[in-house]
Amino acid sequence: MTAPATPDAVPRPVPVGAPFDPGAAAARATDAILRDTLGAAHRGVVVDSPPGAGKSTLVVRAARELAAAGRPLMVVAQTNAQVDDLVARLAEKEPELPVGRLHSNDPDPYDRALDELPNVRKSAKAAELAGLDVVISTAAKWAHVQGVEPWRHAIVDEAYQMRSDALLAVAGLFERALFVGDPGQLDPFSVVGADQWAGLSYDPSASAVSTLLAHNPGLPQHRLPVSWRLPASAAPLVSAAFYPYTPFRSGTDHGDRRLTFRVASDGSGPDRVLDEAAESGWGLLELPARRTPRTDPEAVRAVALVVRRLLDRGGAAVSERAPGAVPVTADRIAVGTAHRDQVAAVRAALAELGVAGVAVDTANRLQGREFDVTVMLHPLSGRPDATAFHLETGRLCVLASRHRHACVVVCRAGVAELLDEHPSTEPVQLGVTVKFPDGWEAMQSTWERWSNHRVSWRP
Amino acid sequence: MSLISTLARLEAMASGQAGPLATVRHRRISDRPLVLVPLTTAGEAGAPLGALVGTDRDAPRLLTVAQPRDRDLRFTFLAELAEAVLPYLDAYADVVEPAERSETDPETGKRVKAEVELCVDAPQIIVPSRPGIDFVRLLGRSMRFRRTAEEDPDTPYPAPPRVPLLGRWLTHYGERARVPGSSLLLAATDLLNRHWATGQSSLEDQHLGALLAWIDPPGELSGAEAASRAEVERDRGGQLVCPPAGPATDPAFDNKLLAPAVERYDRARQELAAAEDGPDADERLARLTAAERDIRALLHGVMRPAWDAVWHGLDLLRELPEGARVEERWTRDRWSFTGHRDRVRAGEPPQPRRDDAVTAAQKLATRETAQAQLDAAEALDDPLVLAGRRLSGEAFVGEVTEVVMAYSESKRPSPRPLVTVRTDDRPYLGERTKVFRSLDGRPQSAEFVRYENAPDGDDGEDGERVLVLRLTDRMGRAKEPAPGSVPDKGDRIAWTLFEHDQRGGPKLPDPEEAPWTHGGPPGTAGAEGTAAPAHAPDPVTEEDFL
Repeated sequence: MTAPATPDAVPRPVPVGAPFDPGAAAARATDAILRDTLGAAHRGVVVDSPPGAGKSTLVVRAARELAAAGRPLMVVAQTNAQVDDLVARLAEKEPELPVGRLHSNDPDPYDRALDELPNVRKSAKAAELAGLDVVISTAAKWAHVQGVEPWRHAIVDEAYQMRSDALLAVAGLFERALFVGDPGQLDPFSVVGADQWAGLSYDPSASAVSTLLAHNPGLPQHRLPVSWRLPASAAPLVSAAFYPYTPFRSGTDHGDRRLTFRVASDGSGPDRVLDEAAESGWGLLELPARRTPRTDPEAVRAVALVVRRLLDRGGAAVSERAPGAVPVTADRIAVGTAHRDQVAAVRAALAELGVAGVAVDTANRLQGREFDVTVMLHPLSGRPDATAFHLETGRLCVLASRHRHACVVVCRAGVAELLDEHPSTEPVQLGVTVKFPDGWEAMQSTWERWSNHRVSWRP
Repeated sequence: MSLISTLARLEAMASGQAGPLATVRHRRISDRPLVLVPLTTAGEAGAPLGALVGTDRDAPRLLTVAQPRDRDLRFTFLAELAEAVLPYLDAYADVVEPAERSETDPETGKRVKAEVELCVDAPQIIVPSRPGIDFVRLLGRSMRFRRTAEEDPDTPYPAPPRVPLLGRWLTHYGERARVPGSSLLLAATDLLNRHWATGQSSLEDQHLGALLAWIDPPGELSGAEAASRAEVERDRGGQLVCPPAGPATDPAFDNKLLAPAVERYDRARQELAAAEDGPDADERLARLTAAERDIRALLHGVMRPAWDAVWHGLDLLRELPEGARVEERWTRDRWSFTGHRDRVRAGEPPQPRRDDAVTAAQKLATRETAQAQLDAAEALDDPLVLAGRRLSGEAFVGEVTEVVMAYSESKRPSPRPLVTVRTDDRPYLGERTKVFRSLDGRPQSAEFVRYENAPDGDDGEDGERVLVLRLTDRMGRAKEPAPGSVPDKGDRIAWTLFEHDQRGGPKLPDPEEAPWTHGGPPGTAGAEGTAAPAHAPDPVTEEDFL
């Protein structure tokens, strides 16, 4: 994320003594965003949204209001899952609204659940969806749309994860647009070197928002100030570590959410770290220092054990969503890692322990998803070095901000020493906006905090 | 670094000699490559010091700049370089074959086939190391905007006739070198590192001498010993026995040998300029010539080892048979060469200083496609590369144990046979994961259905897994699959989780129609706000007037 460029981005100070009303603050922000979006003053509006701040809700609301104002709208999302999710949410809020789902020619291009929705028309050809109030598709599909009338308005979802060249391919399709995204999550990347264009305003490997703002610095930038997902225990850390210049608050307070277990701890490492996480929102299960391959068998097994014990002990979550305690079932748990082979190893270890239904994925694929409890294999666990990939701020931010109740970090000891031995040495590129915080700093600050919730364990 | 290359490095470390990373050669080596060993002046960016260039390994052409800071001498060097390189390039430009290319008809907007020329072969330039490629790019940039007296009679410092043209070609080659898998401009170290793993770090692998020592150690030495000698051994005068392969020179050479020689040359030049009568001038001219000859001998001495090393490396690479899909990539290189030939002949201006938004996006898309194609092609061409992908769970090789005919549940059922495969590999398969095999050189896809022996992903006996795949295409339109399109029991087949082909990217707008999000068409101000163009010069500050 970048340092604030306009006064809009600076949070309004909350008067001392006045109780913070998250609902009112979020409503004020949403109203301002919709005013700018529906108004005629600007071609584009950018909205920064911290994790779980109601970004999808905002997109759905903006889509409804634009449709109500009679402006044909196209929505650009990044993955098919996001598109299907948006379509379903729109149909839920406004079943009468005619929505088009533009999809690819692949087999099973969209979620079959959309077939149940009467006002959702599906097609692989944009022309067949012309005239519908809202047409939704992925950036990749939109890029192939040609020979249609430009839309009056577009909403670009997850715009910080969209690459500049992807925006270039679709920007001719709309006149004005609302860009929504989370600047703290993973930046887009390229599998080939793109240093040759670093520093150019239209660097094709940069994010769509950075190109947009470089060429249109006057666009209004808004920010959603409240995270409804992150609990009061997590929001301050995530905000300070990953969003130092654009702080946000939790929508709930300490005590609003509780995680309890039916079965008492057996005193083992996984049980103790679960108790710590239930109590404080964070838990660090620290294994003895050791250099390991990426698929460190001990660490992988520790991750699986924590999940197994969480299920065995009958975890239950109390939150503002439901009156009573809701059991934390497998589908409310996620395991996040840095690499795909780690994902495979964790899945195998879980299968061995007889656990099914837990989402296990890399940070890239967990973006935008939400769970009650997450277990994270720390990106630096067991590593001999700290590369730019492992230090990437967005990766750690995604892994540390998926949970509503508690997050358990599994890691080998020695991260602080590793970081001290590997200060970030990325070359400075002229003209590239420096991002704050850098991954090294974020690693340090989160590690320091998690160390307070440490449970050392020798498997 | 992948697990298999780490293992290969460990093995090389243990055995003291480099081990293979490939069983076939994954790059084209031309029958007649042009080898270029350039040297640059320390502390003076873009000031060439000398070069060995040519296609005959026994008779390189030696080009030197006696005083690298003298721009006239630099131009003379560049003109000589153009003389050495351009005839080589030209020799390929007119040997053509007819080919077809799809173009957009400007009137109808439809894709039509056009008859065009395609050069039968393309010239290839080999430099010793990756910094050599950067230097080629730098030379190209420094030359392509120069104007000759013929192009512009009023230009204050006209360049020799063919220098700007050489700049355009070197720029083209430098850009092409960024496309994964291309072979127009290659670095010997990259070529060797692709095919062999040494027991040293990848940073140390950038030293051509040390790298060759690992791969083909001289005499009785182990690779590690020979590499260490290549890196540090110095003669009695304190000079490296194996000088760096350029373009940077060794500081000890610069300080002890080169600097005094250039000084002698400068002095001789001044003296010649101050000469008063004929005989005096003759004698001074002889001294100047001698001083220049000394510099030439010095530079030849430090470039020749690198020259020989490059050819040595090419010999080693030529011993490997060429991979089956290298030809296809080389054809793209030929298109690239032909395309630039056409642009030069059409009188188009030199490549711009910076890419515009659309060109940059197009180049990035091309290179990403090329990278994916290269990764797939190398794995399909080479069992050792495939082994690396198998080890990382991205491919598996297995024996077909059963084929059961099945059909899709549509109105017109198509064949969707279920193929049971037994494998010792550990592919990362999830529900309906797509896998591909090569069928007559083209991909056939299937999807993963289930594990037969181990429902939870547990291993069966002997660590083997039995899995069921459903074939989904390439079986023809009839109800019965086309002959040969379904594997038979007992077939051993390599399946990959990655695609073999890449879809082309979307069509981007023309540069003249760049959208407002990307600054609009070139030359226009952005849509909103101040929109300072990205290439505006830095603002002048007080520090600029020290």
